[in-house]
Formats: sequence, structure tokens, C-alpha cells
Amino acid sequence: MANIVIDNIKKSFGAFQALKGVSLTINDGEFVSLLGPSGCGKTTLLRIIAGLETSTSGDVRIGEKSVIGLLPKDRGLAMVFQNYAVFPHMTVYENVAFGLRMQKADDARVKKQVEKAAGLLHIEPYLDRYPNKLSGGQRQRVAVARALAVEPGVLLMDEPLSNLDALLRLEMRTELKTVLQEAGTTTIYVTHDQTEAMGLSDRIAVVHDGRIEQVGTPVEVYNHPATRFVGGFIGNPPMNFITMPVTGGQVTAGAQQFAVPAQGGEIVLGLRGETVERAPTGQGLDMQVRVAEPMGSHLLLTGSILGQPARVILPATETVKNGETVGLTLDPKRLTWLSPESGVSYPAAA
Amino acid sequence: MTQNRSWIPYALILPSVVFLGLLFVVPLVQTLWLAVSDNGTPSLANMTTMVTDLNFGRSVLNTFLLTLAVVPIQIVMALTMGSMVAKMNGGRETILWIWTIPLGISDLAAGMVWLSILQNTGYLNSVLFGLGIIERQTAWLTYQTPVALFIGIAIAEIWRGTAIVMIIIVAGLNQVPKEFKEAAEIFGASPWTRFTRITLPLIRPALQSALILRTVLAFEVFAVVYALGGRNFPVLVGEAYNWQNQNQNYGVAAAYAVLIMVISLAATLVYLKAVKVDPERLP
Repeated sequence: MANIVIDNIKKSFGAFQALKGVSLTINDGEFVSLLGPSGCGKTTLLRIIAGLETSTSGDVRIGEKSVIGLLPKDRGLAMVFQNYAVFPHMTVYENVAFGLRMQKADDARVKKQVEKAAGLLHIEPYLDRYPNKLSGGQRQRVAVARALAVEPGVLLMDEPLSNLDALLRLEMRTELKTVLQEAGTTTIYVTHDQTEAMGLSDRIAVVHDGRIEQVGTPVEVYNHPATRFVGGFIGNPPMNFITMPVTGGQVTAGAQQFAVPAQGGEIVLGLRGETVERAPTGQGLDMQVRVAEPMGSHLLLTGSILGQPARVILPATETVKNGETVGLTLDPKRLTWLSPESGVSYPAAA
Repeated sequence: MTQNRSWIPYALILPSVVFLGLLFVVPLVQTLWLAVSDNGTPSLANMTTMVTDLNFGRSVLNTFLLTLAVVPIQIVMALTMGSMVAKMNGGRETILWIWTIPLGISDLAAGMVWLSILQNTGYLNSVLFGLGIIERQTAWLTYQTPVALFIGIAIAEIWRGTAIVMIIIVAGLNQVPKEFKEAAEIFGASPWTRFTRITLPLIRPALQSALILRTVLAFEVFAVVYALGGRNFPVLVGEAYNWQNQNQNYGVAAAYAVLIMVISLAATLVYLKAVKVDPERLP
């Protein structure tokens, strides 16, 4: 077990700056996701932590010890790859045993550790088989078992579920959470899938354009995104951004009034689609509904508020026709206010 | 419509089958018959003439020695070259292109290139003389210098025939995803262990093809040997050529041809067995 300190890591590929100074502290036993769109630098950061890539500048400390310049094997970590990288010419048993064999562990210890990891991932029936005969999900279990068998201080996972089909992904996600909670290993998990990050993580670091935009618990990041990018990237549908005029430190929405952290000019309201309640028109914000989609569990409305595109969610019991105007009231405790110029949000009111 | 057209594939394949049948199977049968007959009746006379000939033992020995010397060196060199270019980012294609130049040269021309280096008035002697290492022209390619002659032929063969092995190996190496090597590295495998425990097993199919192809070609060595050593270094195909052209004895020449085929087939079987490729253990 170990904590990880990432200290102002920069990485350039020629003229392209992949990481523009990233700092992050991960506590012992914590599960942190690096979440961001493809090309944002999250995988590069993971590979720098692993030692598969060198950083241009900055420091990585694992368990208080700087690991820059150390070989991957001397960093006390294990890794699970996106395409599993389970060795096809070795049985499942030898795959799981690989790290221990490299450490020259004796056969008794290898056997004990392999059986323990295989038990945790439910792959005991396949130990004598070759990976070729296994499904994607089973191969991924082998890859995780191989990583856990060496009892690493740090576990790195690079989009481990993205090659699985949707149903299996959901199943493996739940199982990963159980297994990793049991193992208690410090984990860094790279993903572009916000539901995965939300479901698995103790904390999420949202990476965008070579920088970390926000670090927080899933609920914090969801409810109070630090920037417009975070709000737009997390949540389905994404957060709505509605520019509104400010007069005397107040924003008026129909009969509702909100004190905002600006005196005049304009401010951007960050509105989660499911935080609104239906009301008669004129009570709060009115929405011109272009399309109403009954999703079974809820009703999804797409249209515009104050002439700006918006998506909101109402209970499935509501009925709305295409083209109808509906009134919505806002919950003052669940609003985010952002600066229209910088796109950065104001701190949440206490 | 399409159901009635099942004959089309057969019709399209037919010309190549006829072509191969006429130009391969017929001569093969004829050669086999030629080797084990005498004036139209079955006989082992040609075989007896072949094995009792003065040059037979030497040509078998020379061919095997050359194969044993050349093929392992070529495989090791090809693996080394392939691993080196795999680490390159830029200029990889240029290097590969330069390395494969010998492939574009006929083997007789390759023999002449090395003759111009190794003969008495060749470049090697000029350089050695210029450096003051030798005082007069030295002969490297005569029957009195068998070791130098053998080394000269081996070097020429290695120069000429490594590229084809390398191409097969590079193709094999390209098939191995880099994640396998990275995973091995993360779990503590040294570069040598990664090579022996991950890369080599994963390029088994390429290795098998390269070994079979290169060994069969090595047993058929002729033009380079002929250019450099003439009859000072008898090899199997050289003997077949001599019996055919100098002695005009087609029967004994056929016997040599059959022997070379049997040896090649045996070598192929050995490789298929020794370097087994189990599809279950491939990516």
C-alpha cells in the first residue's frame, strides 16, 4: 500500500504539450479516476507513473520515494491494460503467476498467491486453459488477477473495461469495485467513461487539454463542476449552461430570485437537468420543448430556455407534447454559477 | 442465378493447377523415374554411381557444414536486426530498404561481387596490402586454403540470404502488440527475459517459416559457391550440375536432385515438429 504524489508533471512530444503541469495527491488505499476525453493526456500521465514513458519535468513519488528514473519493476506497482495484454502462449495460471515468477518467488508462494487472486476474480475453472479460449470478460479478469497476485502498492488501470460490451462492462464494474475494496490497493484508473468514473471512484480527477480541471468526489464533481468543461463532460444529459442578466447582485427567473456572486452584467447558470420541477409557466424558467422523449424511467425534454439550448429531465409520470412550453422551478441549493468570460464556476454558497 | 455458378472458382483456379501440374509434377515424376532406372528398367545404378563418386562425400559434408554455419547466424542476425529497427522511430523504412538490397541481386551476381573482393587481385588483398598486413597477393579461394574458402563462401551466403529471413522476422515482430512487452516490463521482466519469454514464443510462426525457407534454400546453394570456389568446394547442386552438363549423365544428376529433395523434406519435417505452432497459443 502506498500514497502517490504527482508533482507538476509536464510532458512534451516535440512541439505538442501533452501535459502542462499536473499535480495530484492520492492517498493510501484510495481509488482515483483520471477522467477525460481521448487525447487529453490521461493515458500519458498513467504511463509516466508506470515508468513506461518519461516526463519532461516534474516528480512522481510513491510511498514518499521519488520514482522518476526507476524502472517500472522497481516502483512497486502493477498495471491492467486496455487490451488486457494477457500472454497468449501461457496458461491462465502462468499468466497470473508471471509477476511472482519474475520476482523469483518459490513455488509454494506462487501457488498460494495465484489461488488467492484467482479466487477473488472467479477464474479458478480456467487456470489450465490458454487465454485464446476465453471471452473478453474472462481475459480481463485474468489481467486483473495477474496484477493483484503480486500484491502491488499501486494498481494502474488503463481503460480496462472499454473493450467489453455494455452489459458485461456494467457487471465487471460492480465486480471490480468489490474486488478492489477487498484488496484495498491504491488505484489509479484511466477512463473516458464518466459513469465508470462516477461509479467506481473515491475521487475523480477530470483531465482536459493536459491539465487537471477539477479533483473531487463524484458527487462534488457532479453537483459543483469547477469549470464549464467539467459540467459539460460529466452527466448525461450534460449540464445546461444558460447565460442570464444580473441586476444588483440578483438573477430573476420568473417569480424566483437568486443572489449571485456578481453585481451586474451577465452570469452563466449551470443547471443539472434533473434538478428542476414542473410548475405553471412564469413561475421560474420557461422551456420551449422541441422533442419530448419518454425513456421509461424518466421523461427527457430537449428544447431551449431563454433561447439557449437545454435538456431537462422530468419524472416519467409527466406528459409533455412536442412544441409545448413548460414552466420549471429551480432548486437554489443545486445551482452552479459560472463566469461567462473564464468559464470557471464561483465557489458553492455555504 | 448465383447457385448455378459454383463451377466459376474451379474454372479460375484451373489454369494455375494445370500450369503447376505441367511444369512441376511431370518433371518431378520424370526425375524420380530417371534416378531409379537405367535404360528404361528399374535400377539403382545411378544411386550407386552417385554414392561411390569421389566428390559425393565431400559435397554432402560441405552442403551440411555450410547450412549449419549459415542458417543459425542468419536467424540470429535477422532477430537482432529486426529488434533494432523495432526500436527506431524515424528512418525505419530506409534502413529496411538498404538491408534488403541483396535480395534484388541474382545469386550469381552476388557471387561475382564477393569474387571481386576475395580473388587474388581483389579489394580485400588491396586493403590488406595497403595496410602492410600482407606483402604479396594472397590466395583465399583455392583448394589449399579450405578454411578461408569456406569462410568466404559462408560470408557471401550470409550477405546474400539474410534479408529474406529478416523480412519474415520483422513481419512477425510487427504482429506482437507492444502491450505484451510493456506488461512483461511492468511485472519485472528484464529485456533479455522479455525477448526469450514473450517475443520469441509469439513469433514462432514467423520463425518456423524463416527456418524452413532458409534451410531449404541453403541445401540448394550453388551459384555463390560456383562463382567463388568452382569445383574446389563441391556441393550437392554443383554435383548435379556437373553430372548433367559436364558428364552428360542425366540419371546421376537426377539422383542428386532426388537426394536434395529428400533432405529438404526431412529438414522441413524436423522444423514442423521442433518449432511447433499451436494456434491455441497465439494472440
